[in-house]
Amino acid sequence: MKRALLSLLLLGATFSTASADEVQVAVAANFTAPMQKIAADFEKDTGHKAVLAFGATGQFYAQIRNGAPFEILLSADDKTPAKLEKEGLGVQGSSFTYAIGKLVLWSAKPGFVDSEGKVLGSGNFQHIALANPKVAPYGAAAIEALTKLGLYPALEPKVVQGENIAQTYQFIATGNADLGFVALSQIVKDGKGSSWIVPANLYPVIRQDAVILAPGKDKPAAQALMAYLKGDKAKAVIRSYGYDL
Amino acid sequence: MQPDLGAVRLTLELATVVTVLLLFIGTPIAWWLARTRSRLKSFIGAMVALPLVLPPTVLGFYLLLLMGPNGPIGNITQSLGLGILPFTFSGLVVASTLYSMPFVVQPLQNAFEAIGERPLEVAATLRAPPLDTFFSVALPLAKPGFITAAILGFAHTVGEFGVVLMIGGNIPDRTRVVSVEIYNHVEALEYAQAHWLAGGMLAFSFLVLFALYSFNPNRK
Amino acid sequence: MTSPIIARFRLAYPGFELDVDMQIPGQGVTALFGQSGSGKTTALRCMAGLERGSRGYLEVDGEIWQDDNKGIFLPTHKRRLGYVFQESSLFPHLDIRRNLEYGRKRAQEAGVSLDQAVALLGIRHIMSRMPDRLSGGERQRVAIARALLVSPRLLLMDEPMASLDLGMKGEIMPYLEKLRDELGIPVVYVSHSPDEVATLADHMVLIEAGKVRASGPLFELMTRLDLPLAHGDSAEAVILANVAGHEIEHHLTVAVFAGGSLMLPYQDCEAGKTVRIRILARDVSLVLDQPERTSILNILPARVEAILEDGPGQLMVRLSMNGVPLLSRITVKSAKTLGIFHGSEVYAQIKSVALLK
Repeated sequence: MKRALLSLLLLGATFSTASADEVQVAVAANFTAPMQKIAADFEKDTGHKAVLAFGATGQFYAQIRNGAPFEILLSADDKTPAKLEKEGLGVQGSSFTYAIGKLVLWSAKPGFVDSEGKVLGSGNFQHIALANPKVAPYGAAAIEALTKLGLYPALEPKVVQGENIAQTYQFIATGNADLGFVALSQIVKDGKGSSWIVPANLYPVIRQDAVILAPGKDKPAAQALMAYLKGDKAKAVIRSYGYDL
Repeated sequence: MQPDLGAVRLTLELATVVTVLLLFIGTPIAWWLARTRSRLKSFIGAMVALPLVLPPTVLGFYLLLLMGPNGPIGNITQSLGLGILPFTFSGLVVASTLYSMPFVVQPLQNAFEAIGERPLEVAATLRAPPLDTFFSVALPLAKPGFITAAILGFAHTVGEFGVVLMIGGNIPDRTRVVSVEIYNHVEALEYAQAHWLAGGMLAFSFLVLFALYSFNPNRK
Repeated sequence: MTSPIIARFRLAYPGFELDVDMQIPGQGVTALFGQSGSGKTTALRCMAGLERGSRGYLEVDGEIWQDDNKGIFLPTHKRRLGYVFQESSLFPHLDIRRNLEYGRKRAQEAGVSLDQAVALLGIRHIMSRMPDRLSGGERQRVAIARALLVSPRLLLMDEPMASLDLGMKGEIMPYLEKLRDELGIPVVYVSHSPDEVATLADHMVLIEAGKVRASGPLFELMTRLDLPLAHGDSAEAVILANVAGHEIEHHLTVAVFAGGSLMLPYQDCEAGKTVRIRILARDVSLVLDQPERTSILNILPARVEAILEDGPGQLMVRLSMNGVPLLSRITVKSAKTLGIFHGSEVYAQIKSVALLK
């Protein structure tokens, strides 16, 4: 009902302002909160409306290949946008890094994770959660960090995998996993539990790239959103959610 | 391919254990539901049917909370020295049992209801006490229902995905079942491997249902 | 067993109430007779413990099976009874032999043997068949044999022939008669068919709207003018008589009873055998003087006991032939012309008699 009302209002808005337009955006789940804020600002500042869909990057990729009408993809990685560009599904040269993810070791229990991550070496826990490294960049980064620390072989039997970092967060938040690797953006607003921001030199940069997709090619609203993401106002929001730039 | 075979074996193991368990647990529940006039009947019936309408993620999420270290079930398993159930095969068994429950209980309940009162009354007039009647009359007459229930329970457990995803932790040979493996392949854009498993699953499910309908062509 | 069965039950459903108090002889066949919905089946089910109302009481052969005032209630499987249901109730997953042995194994009481029951009901040739390969009549005979094999102290039968067509009824009836005559088990037989009752029952409980309207010996209740059976075209009297001899050359059999002797169409049976003779009220006419030159063979002296109107211009007359009741249906005009009234001495001219099978 609310949604119906909203779309009615939007319809009215479309007719009243000639330049106002809609843009369909597929957003990586980890970027949900900052993107909602940015989309609201974007609409206020430009009159364009960003219609957001949140989900897993891999699923978006499959949907885009099969004709989903998304005009922009805010990916959780840099590989997918590159691949889309190469396959002609993304607009050549349109992709850029809109955020750099920060990996954090986190536990829902206060004081469990120390400020230097020494808890990893103690092995004093039953399950350590991370996202499926095959599909989630944060998972791959976590494996990389553990490997560099020389701890991965010892910890491997204790690893449990979430399908994505949202589920990984859930494992830890419910206490089923004592601790685990998630994105700083997931815990930065809440501040519960204890955490250690993994030093950037322990894992490859987690670039999150945006790309304009074929349906958005000549659309002013799509261009406008890409430009807006590069602007200071959006960048401030992105940083406040625990991303680097 | 090796991990995929592990997933197939694990899936069949899980489905077998769950089916056997469900036949034992489901039979008394179905019998009670078929025969009781208690007001609790609607309540219990609705509880059993819940997984039919709930998104599996809802069940998975609550199980994660309940079986976690701070949940009531988690407290019990921990105090018994069993640790917590998520990320274990036992955890999958518990979750799948709950999730596949209606697929076993409902055919059994229908089968028991279809028997009606009469054969049970006849047995009573022939000196058979209630438990004896259950084993010598009700069970044999409900045999088609048992076959349907076992097939559906097995197939549904094989096909289950959401709950396992929520509490499994994707651990090879312990909790990574076929449906999760398919999801992994799709997510990793490994479409060829996904096709093998997904196609196999499709064929399996069809064969199961085909067997079911050929076995019992008069099913309404 | 000779001590009577005492049965009192009270049971209320929405729109129906059963409230019966019956004393049933501890031998022979007692018919629970009434229309559909009168509550006779419910009463039978109460006796079996399949229905439970309030304040029930049941005593069989001196044993108390149920006394709700004292909290006594034997569940069905502990009551030593046999029960034959209206429709075929054989276990479909067991063959005939295993159907028969189902109750026998569990009852563990010496009484009716498998051989005896199989012979009595004539089912030896179908022992290894499955129930769905049997005719309706065969199924019902197996069900009766199965009920007998628990060696019951009381056999309850709920319209065992209601689901059978006429031919099959004819097939079963002789077995039921044999059962009545050869086993000393009291039978309570629910029926709404006057024919069945006339053929089988010795005693009758008439049930109307959940209550006992009347109870007593069969020939008494069938001829009581205050009861519905003794009215209309099918009103009849049943007479028990003994075969005295035969007039072979006339193809006749002679039977005697307290009211005199009757000539029947020839029956191949020994002298002394008890037979049931049915005489329809519409076949009995009345004369004041003994007729001498008439084609009618059976003319017996009788006294008018009661007269009641039975339809426009018709009267039903209950006669007593030395204590044995007989019904006669005559016109009002004839009654006036002859001056028949209560206490008149008359002769009953019986146009036709039939032996009940």
